[in-house]
Amino acid sequence: MILHGRSWKFGDDISTDLIAPGRYFHLRSDLPELAKHVLEDADAEFAKKVSGGDFIVGGRNFGLGSSREHAPTIIKLAGVSCVIAKSFARIFFRNAINIGLPVIECDTDKIAAGDELEVDLEKGVIKDLTKKIELKFAPLPKAMTRILGDGGLVEHIKKHGDFKIE
Amino acid sequence: MGKTISEKILSEHSGKDLKADDFAIVKVDLCLLQDGTGPLAVRQLDKLGIKEVVNPQGIAVFLDHAAPSPRKELSNDHITLRNFARKTGCYLFEIGEGVCHQIMSELFTSPGDVLVGADSHTCTGGALGAFATGMGSTDVAVAMGLGKTWFRVPKTIKVSVTGKFQPGVFAKDFILFLIGTLGAEGATYKALEFTGDAMESLSMPERLVISNMAVEAGAKAGIFASDKVTKSYLKQHGREDKFKPVQSDKDAKYDREINIEVDKLVPMVSMPHTVDNTKPIDKAGEVKVHQVFIGSCTNGRIEDLRIAAEIWKGKKRDPDTRVIVTPASKEVYLQAAKEGLVEIFIDFGATVTTPGCGACVGVHGGILGDGENCVSTSNRNFLGRMGNPKGFVYLVSPATAAASAIKGELTDPREYF
Repeated sequence: MILHGRSWKFGDDISTDLIAPGRYFHLRSDLPELAKHVLEDADAEFAKKVSGGDFIVGGRNFGLGSSREHAPTIIKLAGVSCVIAKSFARIFFRNAINIGLPVIECDTDKIAAGDELEVDLEKGVIKDLTKKIELKFAPLPKAMTRILGDGGLVEHIKKHGDFKIE
Repeated sequence: MGKTISEKILSEHSGKDLKADDFAIVKVDLCLLQDGTGPLAVRQLDKLGIKEVVNPQGIAVFLDHAAPSPRKELSNDHITLRNFARKTGCYLFEIGEGVCHQIMSELFTSPGDVLVGADSHTCTGGALGAFATGMGSTDVAVAMGLGKTWFRVPKTIKVSVTGKFQPGVFAKDFILFLIGTLGAEGATYKALEFTGDAMESLSMPERLVISNMAVEAGAKAGIFASDKVTKSYLKQHGREDKFKPVQSDKDAKYDREINIEVDKLVPMVSMPHTVDNTKPIDKAGEVKVHQVFIGSCTNGRIEDLRIAAEIWKGKKRDPDTRVIVTPASKEVYLQAAKEGLVEIFIDFGATVTTPGCGACVGVHGGILGDGENCVSTSNRNFLGRMGNPKGFVYLVSPATAAASAIKGELTDPREYF
């Protein structure tokens, strides 16, 4: 699958409290409404200006903190096609795969805000079309490729009736 | 070759001989949902078309993050969870019964169990010798529906701790120190195993503090071997029959080993806005304190409340510092009332609130104003954590929080010991 969009750049330690703030706790059963506040405390303009297909490009330990799956879910609902970061917190990473949001670990220093990116998930290549550079990334573990390939964990289990990750 | 505790528990629950980095399907003994993550898990089960859960007696649902509910939306989420519990026959813990991890430890989690919870602090259960970890709503929905989940077996960091805690220095100071040392992603994808004489001599409530915060170093689990302390805690809660020995093999292979000596450990503070931004209290600078919060799944136990009461007895809070005390469970609240602690809190000028998570997670009952500082015994100080991105949260032990409430500024508690 080839993904295409612009980069939205964020720093290190983007917590799930920044992605889905606790003060909007009451919107967790209204995800489209909650998505209007995604990453509001990190970049107040993000939710308003992000376009379908855009990428979030983060630093280290993206998604640290709570297990709230609402965090990757509202990133996906906002139209983001994929999150690229230097590293991810464990629960966020797994949640993202489970809800069908691709996540890529890769050195993001060379990517600037607003760069036009093209990502080939199978080949493990990010093309920064603005900078005219290519970045490589390691593929996901097989278990996660299987789940993501089916569109997320619910779809995976519905399709196979069980885990089919080996 | 020998095994770590994680390798042993996960091997036993998969029927395979597992080692670190293996992928496996693992039987799940216990599942936990709370009111922030539970409604989504229920909706995911509906999407899966799963009507019945495999083991309702191993599922506990907690109404603790919005207790009592401050908004109609959250009241409706509570209805969803009550209906789910009624329909499936799983346990429901109503408003006021307490914080999920406290009740799981008191009533459910046993050595050798696999516990998955839709709450990141589910790792608290590691204190009892369980493999306990936080996951998202969909993972827990599937675990409830199929009775199993998948894991990559974590590598383990052995944390060997020796020495004796000085008066005024507590398990909380140790775990803040460790997180500062490891960094917020120092243990990502890994398990921590706590060992050494300083850990063996800790009570279960102190172990719970340490396991609770393992996730703040990125860890999947934070585990103690089970021993006589575990046995006596289980007995205290009428579950002595659930004891079983859980320990790593002498020749277990660790990712690395960290040695810490606690004799010289001092009270620690996590400065805003990351948990690993730790400083010894004498290097934390002058911090005016607008609010003190004593509570949460980290430090809302009776032992914590006793420390606060001891420091506060016969004193008044600083007039410019408001104080919130939230017992972690109904049991804790009742015990605090019986021991006369609640009276001391009220005389001191504190507000005692319903057992729950509201203040810590910024839902209700302690939201900060712009520019305000809160000294808190909870586990997170991320920007916006206590409901306002313009607030500042400092994480400390109950003793430091109690001392700070008297002085109105961040205060070294050792003068009270």
